[in-house]
Amino acid sequence: MRRSWLLLVVVAIYLLHNDLWWWDDPRRVFGLPIGLAYHVGYCLVVSAVMAVAVRRAWPLAVGEAGGREREP
Amino acid sequence: MILGIVLAYLALVLVIGAASHRQSRGTGEDFFVASRTIGPFVLLMTLFGTHMTSFALLGASAESYRVGIGVFALMASSSALMVPLVFLFVGTRVWSLGKRHGFLTQVQMLRHRWQSEAVGVLLFIVLVLLLIPYLLIGVMGGGITLAEITSGAVPVWVGGLLISVVVLTYVSFGGMRGTAWVNTFQTALFMVLGAVTAVVIVDRLGGVDRAMTRLAEAAPELLVRGELVRPLQLLSYTLIPLSVGMFPHIFSHWLSARRATAFRASIIGYPLCIVAVWVPSVLLGVFGRLDFPDLAGPAANSVLVKMIAIHAPGVLGGLLAAGVFAAIMSSLDSQSLALGTMFTQDLVRRYWPDLSDQRQVLSGRLFVIVVVGLTFALSLVAQRSIFGLAVWTFTGYAALLPILLAALFWRRSTAVGALSALVVVSGLWLVAFFRGWSQPDFSIGGTGLMPVVAMFAASAVAMVVGSLASTPPPAEVVERFIPRSVR
Repeated sequence: MRRSWLLLVVVAIYLLHNDLWWWDDPRRVFGLPIGLAYHVGYCLVVSAVMAVAVRRAWPLAVGEAGGREREP
Repeated sequence: MILGIVLAYLALVLVIGAASHRQSRGTGEDFFVASRTIGPFVLLMTLFGTHMTSFALLGASAESYRVGIGVFALMASSSALMVPLVFLFVGTRVWSLGKRHGFLTQVQMLRHRWQSEAVGVLLFIVLVLLLIPYLLIGVMGGGITLAEITSGAVPVWVGGLLISVVVLTYVSFGGMRGTAWVNTFQTALFMVLGAVTAVVIVDRLGGVDRAMTRLAEAAPELLVRGELVRPLQLLSYTLIPLSVGMFPHIFSHWLSARRATAFRASIIGYPLCIVAVWVPSVLLGVFGRLDFPDLAGPAANSVLVKMIAIHAPGVLGGLLAAGVFAAIMSSLDSQSLALGTMFTQDLVRRYWPDLSDQRQVLSGRLFVIVVVGLTFALSLVAQRSIFGLAVWTFTGYAALLPILLAALFWRRSTAVGALSALVVVSGLWLVAFFRGWSQPDFSIGGTGLMPVVAMFAASAVAMVVGSLASTPPPAEVVERFIPRSVR
């Protein structure tokens, strides 16, 4: 369940990296060209997603070295 | 002045390296992976510093000078996504296996996984050969930067020698702990200095808004992707950062973590560090067009150095040189240490299994000294065009990643599969390299699609076909790596 949720988000983020829609757009946001500002924002969003992922979708299983502790 | 700042900085680095030596426990595991005791903050800083080279400061600004803001999307934000994903899914699992089975190198882990001497030997050769140009670029980059910042007053070989001697000293005395501590200091330094340089220079240009407005008139093509970056190029560049999963020097840092949760800070912080380093570099690169509208060829490579020379010479020049040295040395140290580890563990200990811990550490030290010495000697004769090799090194490592993925996640993978993938990658790498190495923007059929895409796909196919065509591996070996019970 938590894994499939993460997978969907990752695929969506991967696709959003290809921002063809700003390709020739000369507008500026916060003083930066929109093609640059978008990717800076993109990095911040990735960081936020990772913050959720390391809590909700830790890849090591219960009982592995580095996995969550076994339930008592 | 400039030289004084650089020397003061190098002295500081040596002091930190010496301090770490006092914590040493004198065992092999301590020298090579700091007894697996590195905490979250040092892990983030040392991983980031190891991954970033002088390219993040000098190369990024030079590329942006030529291609514009698209460089950030190509190289920075693609790493900001792919690198944390590799850390999360591959890094933590590698750490877990290393902790449980006591692995210190990639070769040990994969040889064990498929019970194959041939996989170990071939992997060792490929990993080491791909690393040598990377070391060379570091040593040469340091020499060239120092020569340029001092306008030629310091010859190129002096900078290369300084870097080699300092790295050698703290790596061979401090081992992994010294490297991680020094890297933390160096990473903080080049992040801060990059930002300070950008703030000072942008301020001289009248602020971001004014500089952007001027640039929109002078060179509007730099503020959009337009024709300078192609969509397929953007898509395929996302595979390049996967190389981080196969770098021997990143691998050893993974193993040095105190516990798996120490990775969390790196996974979350990585995209933020990328922004902190790459935004200043890209901005300074495009603004370089305002001061120097027509640098061509190699002259464009030093656009950042030239801008500092006209806007803030003296102190800032010295600090930037220190920052570039920091970025170079934080990679070079980990690479030398990784080579030393591989030599000791994969060759010496394999064939002289009775060697004591002290002897192991000594042989590792000696090998690091030989490698760095040879690299310095090579740097005296190598052509500057060697810098074109950087993207090929990344391409090679990225194309090897399917092998590690199969080892960690695919129970049915076999030694034959791994060997097929290794042979296919080596072959394709040589072909693509001899075809495309003289053209900086080489892509498959001129479409913008990078060679890494074809090589990564071919490597994955070879892994799958080779594995399915051979007998399945014994269940008890697989169980050690991918236990069913915990799924």
